[in-house]
Amino acid sequence: MAFDYSQYIRGGKLPHIWCPGCTYGIIFKSILRAVDSLKLPKDDIAMVSGIGCASRLPGYVDFNTLHTTHGRALPFATGIKMAKPDKHVLVVSGDGDATAIGGNHFIHACRRNIDLTVLVFNNYIYGMTGGQYSPATPTGHMAATMPYGNVDSPFDIPALAKGAGASFVARGTAFHATALDKLIVDAIQHKGLSVVEIINACPTTHGRRNKFKSPTDMLLWMKDTFMPVAAFEKLPPEKTAGKFPMGVLYRKEGVPEYCKTYYGLVERLKKQGEGRA
Amino acid sequence: MGKIKLLQGNEACAEGALYAGCTFFAGYPITPSTEVAEYMARRLPQIGGVFLQMEDEIAAMAAVIGGALTGCKSLTATSGPGFSLKQENMGFAMLTEVPCVIVNVMRGGPSTGVPTGPGQSDIMQCKWGTHGDHPAICLTPAYVQEIFSETVRAFNLSEKYRTPVIIAYDEIVGHMRERIEISDPGVLPVVQRPRPACPPAEYLPYDDSKGDVPPMANFFEGYRYHVTGLNHGPDGFPVNASPRIHTDELRLIRKVDSNRADIVKFEEYLLEDAEVAVFAYGVSGRSAKTAVNQVRSEGVKAGLFRPLTIWPFPEEQVAGLSGRVRKIIVPELSLGQIIHEVDRCSKGRCGIEGIHRVDGDPITPAQIVARIKEVM
Ligand SMILES: Cc1ncc(C[n+]2csc(CCOP(=O)(O)OP(=O)(O)O)c2C)c(N)n1
Ligand code: SF4
Ligand SMILES: [Mg+2]
Repeated sequence: MAFDYSQYIRGGKLPHIWCPGCTYGIIFKSILRAVDSLKLPKDDIAMVSGIGCASRLPGYVDFNTLHTTHGRALPFATGIKMAKPDKHVLVVSGDGDATAIGGNHFIHACRRNIDLTVLVFNNYIYGMTGGQYSPATPTGHMAATMPYGNVDSPFDIPALAKGAGASFVARGTAFHATALDKLIVDAIQHKGLSVVEIINACPTTHGRRNKFKSPTDMLLWMKDTFMPVAAFEKLPPEKTAGKFPMGVLYRKEGVPEYCKTYYGLVERLKKQGEGRA
Repeated sequence: MGKIKLLQGNEACAEGALYAGCTFFAGYPITPSTEVAEYMARRLPQIGGVFLQMEDEIAAMAAVIGGALTGCKSLTATSGPGFSLKQENMGFAMLTEVPCVIVNVMRGGPSTGVPTGPGQSDIMQCKWGTHGDHPAICLTPAYVQEIFSETVRAFNLSEKYRTPVIIAYDEIVGHMRERIEISDPGVLPVVQRPRPACPPAEYLPYDDSKGDVPPMANFFEGYRYHVTGLNHGPDGFPVNASPRIHTDELRLIRKVDSNRADIVKFEEYLLEDAEVAVFAYGVSGRSAKTAVNQVRSEGVKAGLFRPLTIWPFPEEQVAGLSGRVRKIIVPELSLGQIIHEVDRCSKGRCGIEGIHRVDGDPITPAQIVARIKEVM
């Protein structure tokens, strides 16, 4: 039986705002399949986003949804999670939203290892504002504010997340959508901060300027460029040039999770208080 | 009789918040407001609430809104530079109608300015700090006891009208220690946000058809609605270029404007027969009271108007006052901000004179006495 997406989509809110050829719709469906396979009650999920094309996603889903200010989804989500630590808080953010204006919040959320699931939609560009370069734009790529080719250097988002303290880091792509379902499931189940970098295509503002003839070309580029991390690691360096690993890149269990540590303190103080009374 | 304590203004603010039922604080250290955070850091974990020191003030404001959306009464406290950083997310809370309280312990500025000295030069920022047209409620207590009770009132107004409320007091009042009474529970009113009575399927989070303050569902209670900083329709979803935007923004402002009688609070001191009035709030209001007492003892007919609500501005009261006195003197720790509001409401009915000081020291009673005598 075909998967029934409508149970998670708000009535009357489609069509979405995304361009034809944008891969965000693929990720949208993957997220819904992942949530469904975990049987999470919709009432117990909050989805929080910043500003950008990616950040419009929460508007379409039937959860508790919060579309915040540019770059700030993580601290809003932190407030929600700290107040309701038993609920599931998913964060949707673009590459610019998460690592430029929100870069400080990103590293601090990772450092706290608070139990949030952070989905970074990396399309290598500021899509919503028309294709200006982002901290993820590869050097040399054309962008509206890099008309001679990008002279700046990009972040390696998974490495940034790991270095800052995230205890689950993965990468998936819009092309490998089925594999992505599983990564999102694992990320939600992981107790601690999980980051999934999701490689996306913005044909409208990035592909067009960078010699991709069609959205399909961009998906085929993903197919040729990303390989499962196990296979990637077996190859000698000369064979991995221009390729990137995908899958679960880093996972560490047992790292103290912020809410758990905080409410542990609350419990301890409560006992002390009772002892004194 | 409640509990008698010797507290600093900032500590009294924290006590007021706890009295009002605050269970969530997020902040970032900055002088001269830090003691509010330190007090909450100690108390909130003891009562099972949330204390968060965030990575900056932008994050602190965001976390406060997140906490408030789950039903917590939420507080943040800051000063000058941090208050500037909070502005974008404060605007978000105004448009999305999320109740929360922001304390701004005023120091000198702009920029780092005088971190350890008092200031009153953020007072227009309290009204106009975030971009766009928006509602503003700002309270200006002047005594430690008042900081306690006005903080309770700030939470009440915030919940009742579903809008952020600012408490602005200066470094001196924030750091001064005075004897105060912490009222017993139940003595001061404590207000909760309006809650939906309808089943989730019928809930429209921004439905204004039954009043200007729509009932608020909290996250995870089964209502599953959408909150966005884009202008939105009754269902909470974005609308573009619609007449709704105009009417909804009018409603946000009307929530405050049409409830002035409930929100505007002030002290009138010896004004019945006054020929000269002093208009002053915060530490300047304290100096002014001393000055008025002194000149009264010499037979000079002076009085004091001391606003405890500065926004919305006590327009009607100042208009009335300007028709009864010859002069209004406005001492403020800025080069001239609130004086323009007094001037605007007086419409030329009396003379207006300012006393302005921004050197990190307060305006003294002697300065005000001298000016009263000059204008008599
Ligand atoms: C404070 C602030 N600065 C700038 C903007 C303008 N802006 C909106 S979206 C965006 C970039 C979005 O890029 P990204 O996060 O990569 O998301 P995408 O649109 O590519 O999905 C910018 C700069 C804004 N909304 N707020
Ligand atoms: S501009 Fe790019 S990212 Fe935005 S919807 Fe269009 S294709 Fe997608
Ligand atoms: Mg992007």
